Amino acid sequence: MNDLQWTEIVVFGALFLLVTVLGFVAARWRSGASLDHLDEWGLGGRKFGSWITWFLVGGDLYTAYTFVAVPALIFGAGAMGFFALPYTVVLYPIVFLPLLRMWSVSRVHGYVTPADYVRGRYGSSLLALLVALTGIIATMPYIALQLVGLEAVLRTMGFNGSGFLGHAPLFIAFVILALYTYQSGLRAPALIAFVKDTLIYIVILVAVFYLPSKLGGWDTIFDQAQAKFDATKTPSDGILLNGNNQLQYATLALGSALALFLYPHSLTGILASKGRRVIKRNMVALPAYSLLLGMLALLGYVAISAKSSPLTNQATGRPDSNTIVPVLFDQQFPGWFAGVAFAAIGIGALVPAAIMSIAAANLWTRNIYKEYFRKDATPAQEAKQAKLASLVVKFGAIAFIVFVDPQFSIDLQLIGGVIILQTLPAVAISLYTRWFHVWGLVAGWVVGMVWGFVMLYGIPNPAAGKAHFGGSALTLGELSVLGWRPFAGSQVQIYVGFVALVANLLVAAVVTLVLRRTRVFNGTDETNPGDYHADEGDPRLKPVGAH
Amino acid sequence: MSTGSPPRADHGGNGLRWNAWNLLLLVPLLMLVTAMFNQDQPRLFGLPFFYWFQFLFVPLGVLCVGLVYVRTRDEPVRTDQPDRLSVDDLDSATQHDGNGSDRR
Repeated sequence: MNDLQWTEIVVFGALFLLVTVLGFVAARWRSGASLDHLDEWGLGGRKFGSWITWFLVGGDLYTAYTFVAVPALIFGAGAMGFFALPYTVVLYPIVFLPLLRMWSVSRVHGYVTPADYVRGRYGSSLLALLVALTGIIATMPYIALQLVGLEAVLRTMGFNGSGFLGHAPLFIAFVILALYTYQSGLRAPALIAFVKDTLIYIVILVAVFYLPSKLGGWDTIFDQAQAKFDATKTPSDGILLNGNNQLQYATLALGSALALFLYPHSLTGILASKGRRVIKRNMVALPAYSLLLGMLALLGYVAISAKSSPLTNQATGRPDSNTIVPVLFDQQFPGWFAGVAFAAIGIGALVPAAIMSIAAANLWTRNIYKEYFRKDATPAQEAKQAKLASLVVKFGAIAFIVFVDPQFSIDLQLIGGVIILQTLPAVAISLYTRWFHVWGLVAGWVVGMVWGFVMLYGIPNPAAGKAHFGGSALTLGELSVLGWRPFAGSQVQIYVGFVALVANLLVAAVVTLVLRRTRVFNGTDETNPGDYHADEGDPRLKPVGAH
Repeated sequence: MSTGSPPRADHGGNGLRWNAWNLLLLVPLLMLVTAMFNQDQPRLFGLPFFYWFQFLFVPLGVLCVGLVYVRTRDEPVRTDQPDRLSVDDLDSATQHDGNGSDRR
């Protein structure tokens, strides 16, 4: 153990205790007849209004990992890390219309997961299984990464031990989280999100206005950052983009925006809202968080200027760049305020971790357990199964962080972003048209998954001493279509997920054309065109919690 | 119609509803054109152009999505009132749907 920062720990502990109480109380908050139904446990009764949804979805999308990793990226690479801003700005206009359709059709048919919807739209349990598996595989490392965010804070406060003892505080925090999620379901993160987001807003606003004034203003900060980047050998860093990484910047922002609402946990927040109006209002109001994220990203430059250096993780023996913002707060703020800031990030890890584990549990229960193990499961059995699954998911995540190098989780999350994007044709495009043939979608998914994985495997990162999974930026000159290199010699970089998605769509289209010509059966669609416009009050909505 | 669930007599409205206001949603995508703002000068409050210009897209995005929300509020959503679409609308809707052939 290093020196423990007692002031910080006391403030952090008090706020953590507050959210723990909230988490357990949440079970009774606006509760329905019983929690023994996925509509109640997994979707909070499908009746969240605009404010709750804003806090819930905001707390869900802008995670603790985002809050530590984005500034860390800016700290290390400069302008490229700022992709998080265009990502979260183009996100809302893109998803505005599809999400409304998804909400309506899910509400009419009682769908709980994106895979439920795909099953209804195409009548194919195989396609639904692929979507469910992709969702679970992409979400699991994301949960583990929330632990990385929480741990970055704990280590900065002095809990930087090695071995099992070093992980004990993390373990305790997660056991508490697992217990109240088990008991309260989606209501727990919804209630905690109020505390988390309020703290985050206070901390970031103070940091963005107070720290630059202390360090000589933004002008000085950016000049010092540029001087640091000029001194490194890497050509791709700097406070501006260069000729080779602009395409990567744009495609990464776009690809991430397309992928975000394909993640099951993002959709959970949307499906829990009570009507289309709630979603529309939130698409207008959620960019407030983007503003926050942009400001937070700039703290990466502030850290350069303040000469912060990342802590060495005693468990792995390497410097952990994700500790850069916590270290900055630790150095520059008085102890009590650093405690508030750490609580904001730490609690910020709990909200998305809870929602993600609920979403993964819903997928497991609805699309694997009920589909393949117990076709006659009652809603009460489904809810029980999902509660247990949420425990398994969380302990799986913690085992991952404790026993496996955290770098592995980061690699997996990188892969997760690429593979979740491959469900776009089945989950998002199908909201508009059934033109794609079900087998075309399956073929496209296989090609996108395999090729995306192969490309990621082939990307080295010499700076980090890695031969594989060195990042998501593919150099176009390396792009090889079965040996053919269409852009040989080019140094321009592009986001791997985007390339894989294009391949996915092309394959899906070609297979669709062939199968349509040969009139192969395209599955049965249980949805009606009108279902995609149903709103609250419509008599055709499926009653919440009905069997 | 599908064969999996009982056909509903009241199914109405095309799957797709066109509204010109929705085109506003494309405007924020201009932010992906990096060549437009990849420069240091002029700085504002010490922030290089690259950063403050992108921050401006946040209110722009809010404005565009907000306008679409306000302007499309009155589009017919299905409630318990009778369907306002006529039979002809339904017929043309099926053609535009582009998937009439696989629904038997």
